[in-house]
Amino acid sequence: MKVNRRGFIKGALATGATVLGPTLVGRTPEALAGGTTVKVGILHSLSGTMAISEIPVKNAELMAIEEINAAGGVMGRRIEPVVVDGASDWPTFAQKARELISRDRVATVFGCWTSASRKAVKPVFEQYNNLLWYPVQYEGNECSQNIIYTGACPNQQIEPAVTWLLKNKGKKFFLVGSDYVFPRTANAIIKGQLKAMGGTLVGEEYAPLGHMEFATIVNKIRQSGADVVFSTINGDSNVAFYKQYASAGLTPEKVPILAVSVAEVEVQGIGPQYCKGHYASWNYFETTETPTNPKFVAEFKKRYGHAQVTDDPIEHGYLNVYLWKLAAEKARSFQPMKVRAVVGTVGFDAPQGKVHVDPANQNLYQVARVGEITDSGMFREVWKSDGPVKPQPYSPYISNMMCDWARGGLVKR
Amino acid sequence: MDAAAAVSQLFTGLSMASILLMMALGLAVIFGLMGVINMAHGELMTMGAYVAYLCQLLFAHFVPGQTGWSYLLALPLSFVVSGLLGWAIEVALVRHLYGRPLETLLATWGLSLILQQSFRTIFGSNNVFVSTPEILTGGVALGASVQLPYVRLFILGLAALSLGGVFLFLYRTRNGLMIRSVMQNRPMAASCGINTRRIDALTFAFGSGLAGLAGCALSLIGSVGPTTGQNYIVDSFMVVVLGGVGQLLGTVVGALTIGEAHALIEYFTSSSAAKVAVFTMIILFLQARPAGLFPSVGRVLD
Repeated sequence: MKVNRRGFIKGALATGATVLGPTLVGRTPEALAGGTTVKVGILHSLSGTMAISEIPVKNAELMAIEEINAAGGVMGRRIEPVVVDGASDWPTFAQKARELISRDRVATVFGCWTSASRKAVKPVFEQYNNLLWYPVQYEGNECSQNIIYTGACPNQQIEPAVTWLLKNKGKKFFLVGSDYVFPRTANAIIKGQLKAMGGTLVGEEYAPLGHMEFATIVNKIRQSGADVVFSTINGDSNVAFYKQYASAGLTPEKVPILAVSVAEVEVQGIGPQYCKGHYASWNYFETTETPTNPKFVAEFKKRYGHAQVTDDPIEHGYLNVYLWKLAAEKARSFQPMKVRAVVGTVGFDAPQGKVHVDPANQNLYQVARVGEITDSGMFREVWKSDGPVKPQPYSPYISNMMCDWARGGLVKR
Repeated sequence: MDAAAAVSQLFTGLSMASILLMMALGLAVIFGLMGVINMAHGELMTMGAYVAYLCQLLFAHFVPGQTGWSYLLALPLSFVVSGLLGWAIEVALVRHLYGRPLETLLATWGLSLILQQSFRTIFGSNNVFVSTPEILTGGVALGASVQLPYVRLFILGLAALSLGGVFLFLYRTRNGLMIRSVMQNRPMAASCGINTRRIDALTFAFGSGLAGLAGCALSLIGSVGPTTGQNYIVDSFMVVVLGGVGQLLGTVVGALTIGEAHALIEYFTSSSAAKVAVFTMIILFLQARPAGLFPSVGRVLD
């Protein structure tokens, strides 16, 4: 948050006198600008093709903000969300990020879903030195001081899922994905891992985003003799893929699909009868048993309707807001770089369990899980890692780099 | 490519063609016959898919256990609901923009955004699912490695029926005769006492109803969500343009050509490459023959 002198004086007079104790005034002047509220940005696609996925995440972020406000806010300040629409269009994301930071003067931003939108806003956050909280699993290969990545790194989702499949379902892998950066990077990692762990690749296919005709790909899967299908298909295409997979007579008993972009929300849209018995890997399922999850699920359903399900990105959107709150309180400041400096020192008891940010690379320590889809469209956990996994945004299978801010950022492993 | 693969790919191509045909039939009437570029055509399809979903909800509520039958009701209902919506669109919007293609394009594009947002408000931003009736699950197995899914056979049959229906309607009924006469020579038709406004609305509603039926059919194999129609709109225009605007036969041949070409190329390359190859071929072909496979003679699009 940039502070001009007038804003500072006004803020200091207003809040110093009323809200905050006098001890704070001298220490964190920048936290005082702006009166009794603190503005944060919420930047998701509320229209266009990504709206289906991003609207529930926005809802979860707003829910966390309302909960925090009801409990007294952050350092006595009420959080004031500024919700803007990225419209599933990457240049729009960049423009809206710029507006949020330079015009609305938000303290931080929660948002984005696709890697493309994240890459579009990254230079904006770096230019203004603000902080983005990114809630979705991703391909890694990024190291920015101005982004906190809480979605799974490859080694917290893709790599353990491959290991689990090799151990339990067979060695012959067929890879299908949408045709953009995440699936292609994910599959490069998987191929490296298969080579290292004795699996074989029997096919690799990509379909354009929004593709609806999977008969040929399904035919190729049938003829490949694959033991398992690893799917990185994203968005609407999943509906067509699972329906056509089932109608071609392929069953989870014969050739199970493990997906890394199909969570509870997507299962509802596909229809549980088409994907039951197949698998997905995430850090959180609605059915994950922790002390905090039942309350989170109940609260989400109470607000947004009984039919609404929670899933991994929704949970990450929610925990991001709390992590930011805790870090800001620890820093006793809303200044993005001061929040960033302490982000590794706070932990949060999230619906998925206890999590904390790795200060070395600003990704989250979290548990990896594999679940089987049930009749009701929920997941039955079949495997989880022993405790939280240290995040590794640069997969050793495709890169010899690593992100370590203690050593100045992106360095050789 | 062995025999089994060849059979299943040929069938896949045929099935793709039937889906393309279902999508393009309504457009062939509205864009082909009337010359109206209706960017909201995809949303009329989405409407049909949502009708299938609503029927499923109704059945689940009133006659639980019999939900398989809901689809039977959904088929005619999707035609009727999308047809009525199309009729309203013609009367309220398109009618005032005849002869102004650019304005029509912009207005209907705006309308498509409005409809998408309405779907999102009414049905939620998430996809919903339409479950396949029990009798359509599974398929005919030919040998060990080929299975022709019932759903695809059903859509193939439905596409053939729709095509027959359109043909009968246009060429064997009084309304069809009037539609063709208005599209061919409006002033002359009017001076013969035909109410051209009524015919315009009827044609548009008929084309919209076909879109709804296509949406209902596609709900069996694809997604049902606010933006579903967007996934199909480009392909539909492609079929009509390739076939030759204003020609029913052209639409059929266009769909078959694109379907089979796509399925065969995709088998040897990938689906992105197949899309690129098919689009390139269409562009090259249209360079040589801008009016498509079956150019219409006369004054249809004068």
